[in-house]
Amino acid sequence: MLEVRSLNVFYGTIHALHDISFHVQEGEIVTLIGANGAGKTSTLHCISGLVSLKSGDIHFTGKTLKGVSPNRIVESGLAQVPEGRRIFANLTVMENLEMGAYIRKDRNMIKQDYEMVFSRFPRLKERIRQVAGTLSGGEQQMLAIGRTLMSRPKLMLMDEPSMGLAPLLVKEIFEIIKEINRSGTTILLVEQNAHMALSIANRAYVLETGRIVLEGAARELAQNEQVKKAYLGG
Amino acid sequence: MGFVQEFLQQLVNGFSLGFIYALIALGYTMVYGIAKLINFAHGDILMVGAYGGFFVLIALLVTPGSFILSFVIAMLICALLGMFIERTCYKPLRSAPRINALITAIGVSFFLENVARVIKPIGPNPKEFPVFPQKFNLLELDFLGVHINQTQIIIFLVSVFLMFTLNYIVNNTKMGKAMRAVSFDRGAAYLMGINVNRVISFTFAIGSALAAAAGILFASAYPQVEPLMGFMPGIKAFVAAVLGGIGSIPGAMVGGLILGIAETLSKGFISSKLADAIVFGILIIILVVKPSGIFGQNVSEKV
Repeated sequence: MLEVRSLNVFYGTIHALHDISFHVQEGEIVTLIGANGAGKTSTLHCISGLVSLKSGDIHFTGKTLKGVSPNRIVESGLAQVPEGRRIFANLTVMENLEMGAYIRKDRNMIKQDYEMVFSRFPRLKERIRQVAGTLSGGEQQMLAIGRTLMSRPKLMLMDEPSMGLAPLLVKEIFEIIKEINRSGTTILLVEQNAHMALSIANRAYVLETGRIVLEGAARELAQNEQVKKAYLGG
Repeated sequence: MGFVQEFLQQLVNGFSLGFIYALIALGYTMVYGIAKLINFAHGDILMVGAYGGFFVLIALLVTPGSFILSFVIAMLICALLGMFIERTCYKPLRSAPRINALITAIGVSFFLENVARVIKPIGPNPKEFPVFPQKFNLLELDFLGVHINQTQIIIFLVSVFLMFTLNYIVNNTKMGKAMRAVSFDRGAAYLMGINVNRVISFTFAIGSALAAAAGILFASAYPQVEPLMGFMPGIKAFVAAVLGGIGSIPGAMVGGLILGIAETLSKGFISSKLADAIVFGILIIILVVKPSGIFGQNVSEKV
C-alpha cells in the first residue's frame, strides 16, 4: 500500500534521512521506533508532503507522492495524526472535526462519521461546543485522532500518540489504535514507547540517526537483544 | 456650544473616522494572522478602491443605486488585485525570511502609488470625490445639539454591515473556519488536507475588499481622491491593528475605534498639528508597555 524507496532528505546541509526503504501492506500496523532525533518525524513529514525529498521515491496505492501537495495527499487517502497533537486550540471540538473532514463533500456520510467518532470517543461529544484548547491532554489526543479519522484515511500515520500522556491513558490510546486498525484502517505508527508500539504492531523498523538498522516482525524484534537493550530498558 | 456638546460632537466624528480605520485594520490583521506578513501595500489598495468608486460615480452620477454599485465594483476590483499581488509578489517568498516579504510589500506600495500618479485617468493631482446631490441628502440626525451628517451615518451603516458579514464568514463558513485553523497552525492545516494556498488567497481578497470599502468611505468624507491618499490611513490602521493585538479581529475593530477617537479628540481639544504625533505616540507606548496589544496573546514561537 505504501512503498518508500531509498529516501534521502536534507535540512540545508544536514543529511537527515539516509536511504530509507520500507513498506506498509494493507491492513497492517507497522511501527517505526527509534530514539529522539532518529528521523521518525522527518520520515512522516516527507510522506505527508511537508518536507521535500532529495532522492528516492514514495508510492501510495501505486501512485507516486513525489511533488504532490499535502492537501492532495490527504485527498488520496493518506492522513496523519501529528506529533504533539496539534489540534486547533482556538476552534471548538466540533470545528476541529469539521476541519478533519475538510476535503470531503458528502454531507450525509460526514454526519455519520461524526457519530462514529463520538461513539468511539464519548468524551468529545460531551465537549462538542468547547474550545479545544481547554481539553485535557488525553482528550486532545482523542480529538487529534478523531479529526484525522474524519478524512476517512485508508492509511493513517500516527506520530507519537503516547507522548505526554499518563500510563493509563497510553493504554487506552493503544487500544483505540488497535480498534481503528480492526475496522479497516492501515496504520503506520511512530513511537518512542517501543514497548507499547511493538505490542500492537505486525511489523517494525528500527531507525537510528536517519538509517534503518533493523526490521522484522514486531514479536521477534521485541525479543531481539539489541532492541531490548536500547529501547526496552534492558 | 457647551463643552459637553462639543465633546460629544468630536466623539461622533471620532467614531466615524474610527470605523474607517477599523475596516482597514481588519485587512492588516487578517493578512498578518494567516500569512504572517505586514502588508504595507494595504493602504494603497484602499486608494485603488477609492478611485474605483470615483470612476463609477463620475460615470453614473451619484444616486443611492450607483453609490452601492460603486462599493460592489471597487470591492471586486480590489479583491482581485489583492489576490494578484499575493500570488505574484508574496507567494514566491513564502519560505524566505520574513524581512524579504516585508520589503517587497513596501515595494508594492511604492509601485501602486507611482503607477497611479503616471497613468492618465488618475494623475498626480487630487480630484474632488463626487458626493450626493442635495436631493439625496436625506439622512441627518440632530440631537442634544450634536450633528451627525449623512456621510457619517453611511460610514456607520456600511462598517457595521461589513463587520457583521466578516464575523459571519469567519465563524460560520467552512472557509472561515479554515482561515482560523491556518492562522493557528499552518502545518497542521496542511495535514488536514486544507488547501492553504486557497485560504491565503481568500484572506487577501477579503482584506482588500474591506480596504476598498474603507477607501470609498474615506474619500466621501473628505471628499477627495489622490494617489497618496492611502498612505496615512494605512499607517494609522496599522497602528490600530497593533493596538488591538495584531492577528485579532475584535482587536482590529476596537483598535480602529480607539485610534479614530484619540485622533479626533486630540485635533479638537489639544492641537490639530500634534494629533498625528499623539497617534504615533500611542504606537510607541503600546510597543513598550504591551507589545501584544489589547486582545493579543503572547505566543512563544516554536522552531
